[in-house]
Amino acid sequence: MHGMLEISTLHYLVLGAALFLLGVIGVLTRRNVVIVLMSIELILNAVNLNLVAFSRYWQGIHGPGALHGQVFAIFVITDAAAEAAVGLGILIAFFRNKETVNVDEVNLLKW
Amino acid sequence: MIVGGIVVITSKNAVHSAMALISALLAQSGIYLMLYAPFVAGVQIILYAGGIMVLFLFVIMLISIERTAKERQFNKQWLVGIAAAAALGGLFIAVYTKGKSLFPEGRVTYGEGQNIQDVAALLYDQHQGMYMFSFEIASLLLLVAIIGAVVMAKKRI
Repeated sequence: MHGMLEISTLHYLVLGAALFLLGVIGVLTRRNVVIVLMSIELILNAVNLNLVAFSRYWQGIHGPGALHGQVFAIFVITDAAAEAAVGLGILIAFFRNKETVNVDEVNLLKW
Repeated sequence: MIVGGIVVITSKNAVHSAMALISALLAQSGIYLMLYAPFVAGVQIILYAGGIMVLFLFVIMLISIERTAKERQFNKQWLVGIAAAAALGGLFIAVYTKGKSLFPEGRVTYGEGQNIQDVAALLYDQHQGMYMFSFEIASLLLLVAIIGAVVMAKKRI
């Protein structure tokens, strides 16, 4: 099994970059706040994919105990949970006040 | 996984979007298994596909979705947004073509070992655990997030 069939770290990085781009497009173009938050989750997952792929690569250099990337991925998942909870809390408070979920109708800080 | 991501950002209905995101997350946990990271894969399924997505679906059901599905889905700056994302993609492609020799090729070949034990050793062990303080900070962050979410979702404080 050599050549094209071998999945290297590079392939995971390309996949992570593609996922990151999808998330960025979602954040920048959608109006619905819920979908914007889900796109942020996509971005965080792309970062996690890179971290775990590099953790695997690092294991190849420093032995099987070098799992720093995976530990960081777990921290990122924790942050994603906190972010989702706070973001959805903000969304509920906002929806109660303005009866909308569109980001371009949030203009309280605009003049 | 890419297909799931595309459906997330293009579908009109937020529930469909959430379902596509769940499928993308499950696919990603499969990729974690391919990378010999069973603990991260389990955490991904339980926390993301189980916890966070249930939270998302709950909020989608709580706010009205019938009206928003009929409205305009993309904001006025979508062209600028696409242009910025295309610029970022161009940057990625430039990095890929310029520095292809710098990227790690080949793959690591050995068995999975004691993944969960090793992760726990890095997190908790007294001698080699260097992420203990970060762990405590993460728990503090979760506490603050809980309090913040409750305060913001409450009607009258």
